[in-house]
Amino acid sequence: MSKPYVSVEGISRKFPGLTVFDNVWFGVNRGEFVCLVGHSGCGKTTILNILAGLDAPSGGVVLADGREISGPSLERAVIFQGHALMPWLTAEQNVAFALGCKHKGWDAGRLRDAARRALEKVGLGAALAKKPSELSGGMKQRVGIARAFAVEPKMMLMDEPFSALDALTRGALQEEVSRLVTEAGQTAFMITHDVDEAILLADRILLMTNGPMARVAEVVINTLPKPRVRATLHHQPGYHELRDHIMDFLITRSRTLAGIPPGDYDPRHPPEVSPAG
Amino acid sequence: MQKPVSAWRATLLSFIILAVFLGAWELSLQGAGQGAGPAMDPEYAALLGQAAASGGQTPMPKPSEIGHRLFQLLSDPFYIRGPNDQGIGIQVAYSLGRVLLGFGIAALIAIPLGFVIGMSPLLNAALNPFIQVLRPVSPLAWMPLALFTIQDSSISAVFVIFICSIWPMLLNTAFGVSAVRREWLNVARTLEAGTWRTAFRVILPAAAPTILTGMRISIGIAWLVIVAAEMLVGGTGIGYWVWNQWNNLSIADICIAILMIGLVGLALDRLLGLLARAVAWQE
Repeated sequence: MSKPYVSVEGISRKFPGLTVFDNVWFGVNRGEFVCLVGHSGCGKTTILNILAGLDAPSGGVVLADGREISGPSLERAVIFQGHALMPWLTAEQNVAFALGCKHKGWDAGRLRDAARRALEKVGLGAALAKKPSELSGGMKQRVGIARAFAVEPKMMLMDEPFSALDALTRGALQEEVSRLVTEAGQTAFMITHDVDEAILLADRILLMTNGPMARVAEVVINTLPKPRVRATLHHQPGYHELRDHIMDFLITRSRTLAGIPPGDYDPRHPPEVSPAG
Repeated sequence: MQKPVSAWRATLLSFIILAVFLGAWELSLQGAGQGAGPAMDPEYAALLGQAAASGGQTPMPKPSEIGHRLFQLLSDPFYIRGPNDQGIGIQVAYSLGRVLLGFGIAALIAIPLGFVIGMSPLLNAALNPFIQVLRPVSPLAWMPLALFTIQDSSISAVFVIFICSIWPMLLNTAFGVSAVRREWLNVARTLEAGTWRTAFRVILPAAAPTILTGMRISIGIAWLVIVAAEMLVGGTGIGYWVWNQWNNLSIADICIAILMIGLVGLALDRLLGLLARAVAWQE
């Protein structure tokens, strides 16, 4: 087995008198889509920010491509929870700004053309000249997605990117992201608390207990065949077992498992389960 | 909620108010100042001139007289007949020049410095006591110190404008920069945008509306202060002109100066208002 693309090795986040999470280990393989599921306050966003290089752990290290992450990198793009578009720029200029950061030598015309292509890819060809305030929530997040994919990162990090959207828009964007990640052969890591979203997108789902002292309690292997389609997903055999397992975890076990781990718990290898068979 | 008013109705009402005010002013002075003074020896009156002939009282001018005088002044605003007799346009131009020079230098220093203060919480905390002490000082209090050190009255006036317009720009820039949303900075960081690109492409446009508000406050204060400063230093400018007309007892000219100062101040504010609109953004 090859070494994982991203390897999280014993990271912790501690404040005086409070340990949010401690000794967290997991890996994300090249081309794999991993979802992290857990309740608020377990440090999910902190873990994503550490992977992005925006934050540093109190202890432990994270390796990306074999090198320690010491800061943000164009190799790892982030799709933010609140789209984080610059409101003074049009959709096209927002994407062009990102492209300009990666390709320092490109002139304005080349940046504009590339930004257009990136926006057309997410179905926003008609909204190029619009400012974020003139776009709907779903369209704003589409621009955020186009911006992240435009720089062609090796890894895509997503912090509950669709949680503010209505169900219909969310579904469309989930499939969009799934398609783009697969097309580009990218590695992806997403935080979510939408169980269906995790089942639709993830190859593996990390379940975190509640904080403080949060940990990865188990790793759920998603064995449902790919490509998965939202419309038919819930008819697939094994779907309900998978969904029930994660729901049970979120409703009860995330709470009952919190705190001191059981004696046979190995933080480097949390138990793996595949409820879908 | 109040209903929106139509623009022309408001304008009409403005004109009615103006007409009533000017009409009342005109009527209240009707018949005053003509032969109402105490009896005086005609020869003595002839010696002293017209002012004394009306009993030593300068009559308050009527709006119609002010209008006539305004027409005279504006028909030749840029004449120069010696250092003490220059057109009102020249005087306003002097004042505007000082304000723009002092304000411009203040902006060149306040905006970059405010940027640095806004980016660095340490510098912000370290410089804050100085700013808080110096900011409430009336700019005119600096005048003697300026005259003593610079030894040039005209440059001293510019310095006073500089010192009064620097604070709002400095504080607003620092606040605007420090309040830039974390997520935009995070976007720039994940894109490895670098310090200069982040400063000019992210922080500057994000803080621009706040900076422009500071500039608008500054130029308003500068225009208030220039009149007083020029009264002190003398020589040229609309403030000096007002004081000169007071010494000449030309009350009509003083009324005209007040009107001019108001109109120029309005124009300056509108100009920066347009600039603020150009850099405004909406979430």
